[in-house]
Amino acid sequence: MTAQLTFRDLTLGYDRHPAVHHLSGAIASGALLALVGPNGAGKSTLLRGIVGILKPLGGAIDRAGLGVRDIAYLPQTADIDRTFPISVFDFTATGLWRTTGLFGGLGKAHTKRITQALGAVGLNGFENRGIGTLSGGQMQRMLFARVLLQDTRVIVLDEPFNAIDAKTTADLMLLIQRWHHEGRTVVAALHDMDLVRTQFPQTLLLARGAVAWGRTVDVLTLDNLGIARKMCEAFDDGASPCAADVPHTRAA
Amino acid sequence: MFDMIYDALIAPFTEFEFMRRALAAVIALALGGAPIGVFLMLRRMSLVGDAMAHAILPGAAIGFLVSGLNLFAMTFGGLVAGFSVALLAGLVSRVTEIKEDASLATFYLVSLALGVTIVSMRGTNIDLLHVLFGNILAMDDQTLLVIAFNATITLIALAVIYRPLVIECVDPLYLRTVSRAGAPAHLAFLALVVINLVNGFHALGTLLAVGLMVLPAGIARFWSRDITGMIGIAVLSAAISGYCGLVLSFLTKVPSGPAIILVAAAIYIVSVLFGNVGGIVRQMFPGRHLEA
Repeated sequence: MTAQLTFRDLTLGYDRHPAVHHLSGAIASGALLALVGPNGAGKSTLLRGIVGILKPLGGAIDRAGLGVRDIAYLPQTADIDRTFPISVFDFTATGLWRTTGLFGGLGKAHTKRITQALGAVGLNGFENRGIGTLSGGQMQRMLFARVLLQDTRVIVLDEPFNAIDAKTTADLMLLIQRWHHEGRTVVAALHDMDLVRTQFPQTLLLARGAVAWGRTVDVLTLDNLGIARKMCEAFDDGASPCAADVPHTRAA
Repeated sequence: MFDMIYDALIAPFTEFEFMRRALAAVIALALGGAPIGVFLMLRRMSLVGDAMAHAILPGAAIGFLVSGLNLFAMTFGGLVAGFSVALLAGLVSRVTEIKEDASLATFYLVSLALGVTIVSMRGTNIDLLHVLFGNILAMDDQTLLVIAFNATITLIALAVIYRPLVIECVDPLYLRTVSRAGAPAHLAFLALVVINLVNGFHALGTLLAVGLMVLPAGIARFWSRDITGMIGIAVLSAAISGYCGLVLSFLTKVPSGPAIILVAAAIYIVSVLFGNVGGIVRQMFPGRHLEA
């Protein structure tokens, strides 16, 4: 097993308050990993760290030679201006950024790939609709089509099935399985434990630190979930500098 | 009959050179300013554009103070003042949580007061009127060339930053994960705003400079669902407003700058009422709903 993503004593957070605290471990290349944990456990924070939007407060992430731009990222609350006058086709086409860059034109081959991607998520015939006319589920399908076009080795999905119905979830889950079979590394933050148990071989149960990490059946036990639930969500404004960091600072 | 129409609509431009120059200037303004206006609107920055128009004034006024109504001194002063404000506001809002409009609002009031004060120190009331409302009927060769040059630069630069600019408007987080082009594109866009404000400043004055950017963009929103279509309609309606405004001011002695903006406003009102994308009449009588 070669590691695709390695966390070395990783601390991520906001305003010096850690949201992910001293996390160490590795995600194997080609893994299909579910990231679970209560609200405030640091799932989104960890994903933001993986894609490089958030710089670590301490420790490091080793991406095995991949740049942060070689990772496709689907954020939890996509910051998308849905009133913007752009068609589904054009929006999805931005997934080809790595191929076309700033100026590259869209050739016939590109157009075909975009149409295929929209077909793969069940959005045939939506090409010329404005993105403002899509329903929540259709929007999510379109975002998956864009991830599909990005064609990256690593795919990071932050709660991709929130407020999504069963049919759409099943369709998109098939797509995730396809990525898994193509040998891509997929990390998805999820809340639906049944979905995780049936579809994801590996699970990381996060509660600021890793409560358990490994095969899904071993991780999602009642004990582990209980431990995770007890973790404290709130920032403590009066918190003192983390003691575990002190030796590091001295060593540096 | 035809003579009357000819006399009103075409003769002013064939007979008087200053009208031809004004028309050329207004078309150049439309080509450069209207597309920028569309992006200002889509980024909800229309009022920011207005504030920045006033921020140009002290710079242009200092140019005026140093060398009178000198085109290059005032252009240079305006560009420097506008760029500094745009870059500072842009950087501050990118680095901190403060939104651009908050700091700009204060800034534009101060700038306006400062600019009027500086002009009054040396100039007459006529100079002040020139600065505040522009003088599109007195375009000399140099001013015309500056305006055309700025419009050309705008179109070329816009073509270069178009893709990241569009993605930054619609999904900024995505752009951050695939490219570093977001921040440079945003700053380049702010620079283009300033360049076109300086253009508008020469023709329409500091108070109306954004007029041919903001109003045509608003008009376009009511006629197209697609950004390319919007830009086309915005340019067209800006050019038509310019032409009709000039004719109006020629026939009625309404000052030319306000006349142009008033024509644009008339088109805007018609669009709000009858536009086929979300116009009021269309909303009230949408027709029977469809099968699917």
